[in-house]
Amino acid sequence: MTETVIGILLATLGAGTPLVFAALGELVTEKSGVLNLGVEGMMIVGAVCGFAVAAESGNLWLGVMASVLAGTGMALVFGVLTLTFQSNQVAAGLALTIFGIGLSAYIGLDYTSVALTGIANIHIPVLSDIPVAGPLLFSLDPLLYCSFLMFAAIAYFLYRTKAGLLLRAIGESPESAVSLGYPVIAIRYLAVLFGGAMAGLAGAYLALVYTPLWVEAMTAGRGWIALALVVFATWRPGRVMVGAYLFGGVTIIQFHVQGFGVDIPSQLLSMLPYLATIVVLVLISRDINAIRLNAPASLGKAYHPSV
Amino acid sequence: MNEETKGLQPRLELRGITKIYPTVVANEDVNLKVYPGEIHAVLGENGAGKSTLMKIIYGVIKPDRGQVLWEGREVQVTRPAEARRLGVGMVFQHFSLFETLTVAQNIALGVDEPFDLDRLSKRIGEVSRRYGLPLDPQRLVHSLSVGERQRVEIVRCLLQEPRLLIMDEPTSVLTPQAVKKLFETLRRLAEEGCSILYISHKLEEIRELCHNATVMRGGRVTADADPRQETASSLARMMIGRELPVCEHSVSTAAGPVRLLISGLNRKSDDPFGTDLKDIHLEVRGGEIVGIAGISGNGQQELLVALSGEKPLDKRDSAAIKIDGVEAGHLNAAARRDLGLTFVPEERLGRGAVPPMSLSENTLLTGHRGGMVRFGLIKERKVRDFAEQCLRDFDVRCGGVQAAAKSLSGGNLQKFIVGREILQKPKVLIAAQPTWGVDVGAAAAIRQELIELRNSGLAVLVVSEELEELFEICDRIVVIAGGRLSPVTAAADTNMEEIGLWMSGLFPGDGERERSDAVADASSR
Repeated sequence: MTETVIGILLATLGAGTPLVFAALGELVTEKSGVLNLGVEGMMIVGAVCGFAVAAESGNLWLGVMASVLAGTGMALVFGVLTLTFQSNQVAAGLALTIFGIGLSAYIGLDYTSVALTGIANIHIPVLSDIPVAGPLLFSLDPLLYCSFLMFAAIAYFLYRTKAGLLLRAIGESPESAVSLGYPVIAIRYLAVLFGGAMAGLAGAYLALVYTPLWVEAMTAGRGWIALALVVFATWRPGRVMVGAYLFGGVTIIQFHVQGFGVDIPSQLLSMLPYLATIVVLVLISRDINAIRLNAPASLGKAYHPSV
Repeated sequence: MNEETKGLQPRLELRGITKIYPTVVANEDVNLKVYPGEIHAVLGENGAGKSTLMKIIYGVIKPDRGQVLWEGREVQVTRPAEARRLGVGMVFQHFSLFETLTVAQNIALGVDEPFDLDRLSKRIGEVSRRYGLPLDPQRLVHSLSVGERQRVEIVRCLLQEPRLLIMDEPTSVLTPQAVKKLFETLRRLAEEGCSILYISHKLEEIRELCHNATVMRGGRVTADADPRQETASSLARMMIGRELPVCEHSVSTAAGPVRLLISGLNRKSDDPFGTDLKDIHLEVRGGEIVGIAGISGNGQQELLVALSGEKPLDKRDSAAIKIDGVEAGHLNAAARRDLGLTFVPEERLGRGAVPPMSLSENTLLTGHRGGMVRFGLIKERKVRDFAEQCLRDFDVRCGGVQAAAKSLSGGNLQKFIVGREILQKPKVLIAAQPTWGVDVGAAAAIRQELIELRNSGLAVLVVSEELEELFEICDRIVVIAGGRLSPVTAAADTNMEEIGLWMSGLFPGDGERERSDAVADASSR
């Protein structure tokens, strides 16, 4: 029994982590006032580039780096379009996703039947062998620990540092920030690029840890769920984590339910994680005051410097 | 130059500052000297180039030509941080604050020092006590009144111990009482040796406060004067080239039938940062102008969307608003217009007119009732005739009816919108900030037009933050504060002092209790 529960919890962490990366990255981007709908595209390009580089070089960590760079590159395209040329953020983001899905299918042509051994879990002598706590805390894969670190770092950055305060301020009123003399466009660029890097990392987790193989369209809408998570978590990192693991948990449980041979069509069951995540997050995000206080007021609006 | 400043070195000197935008010359060959301890006025109408000049000093805008000298040394101020380092502080007209952050966080973003909110909060407390500017560092800015927000900006500047403080139209958001307190603070700063650049178009204030005045018109300096030696009308001549126009206003004689009746209007604001309307009662009769005074953010927006029909009431509350005797609370804006209501919104571009469309197309926006459309087709000729009549009758200066709405100056566009509404022969006219951002001449014309309308038997309701304007044109005045209306009073029976007091929420009846409630509300958020 304990074995099963530990198994489910571990699988939940694994299934939730791509969302943690992608949604935390998007949260930082949106806090600066930029809405990047291209998460799905950045994620899948990150996934295929990471997989391809890992397969060619045989080095998984080179693959992770390639994922991060690919995600950042995609975000740079978005940044140039929306921040330098002031084009519509919604249209540019959608285009980025469609572009990303096509591009990844093309890059991935030669890799569809390649098998890779994914990034292994760490093993710490003694600690990892403790019952229950060992497998749950001390023998996870390195990227999972990285996601915990990213969460802590982002929460600290946003709420404890002046730079984080400035990022939130720019998301609320770029006009005020400019009149105080802050370089709004440059800071938004950094936020967009960070979001891209995190989406790339999410892709790396999918293709190099979660299911170490490449399948076309393997992100399966996780980028969109990450976007929804950010909104329904009312732009708060803690709630993003809750939402991401909730999604992971329901994903795993519905696999088990399918395994027990319950008489529900599997298509309906695979729908469940998406549905459950949205419903729960909608329910906890009904406080309109909390939304006004946390939502970046300038989200999605192009800022035209008037000078 | 004054006796007291002779021989001193100016703290700031501008020589030949020029800034040219593609369509307009904002500043041309502007010279200016400000001495230590001097309160120096920069006087001019909207669009005279005052704000551009100040932004150049503060490093937000780069001039095309000219020199800036700080204490005798030429400097290149390319960023506000550099200006702050020199000792320049600026209080903006449209505040540069972030609503969802606390007072301390807002101030932290505007000072160049290590990030330590606890230490900063202590210093905010010290400075605000020293200058009599009470401020709670932990409050969120959105819960502050407009006057308190200005205090945040001033304290932010004072923390840097500025040697030159720029105040851009600081009194346009304050009650007369708050203006007095602000002047005390400024005088005290000047005595301590700080120079103050005081930008305004209010002549009496400048005469009361300032030691020196530089007058600007159309981007150029037209005069340097000692405002204490001048009269308001001589300053006005320097500012606009002629006497200040005054409206002819006779006392309203015939009180007509009640055209607009608001009874027991209650409404929660959709916006959590907004103001709830509480038990509003008001009647406006034909042949009178009723003015609603108040500091912005006290429920004006909520009242206006309820009256215009932009957000209709629930069906069961329909009787709360009656237009010409008909229950109209649940009707939308178009149905209310059918009843004879017209509305001039505060935002001219966006609500009052579609910016890129031509004036004749904009005519259709509200004028389509007058037979301009048949079987869903537009009768171009009729539309054009209407628009042309509007331009003619209301002296709108523009490139003809095909000119895009956004190409007009604020004053001309406002004249067009007011004209468009008036030519539809309404029974009730509601105007929000009718002369906001409009030059003095056009403002006088619009006010005169409102008075003419009243004389012709229309019921007019004006919502304005400018007390002078309300006293100039209104028959009766009422104050909105915290979403509640004060008693209505005849304009002749009251004065600015009393209305100013009411604007801070202290009016007879249960005003006292309401104010303490509002304070409790705000601090519990």
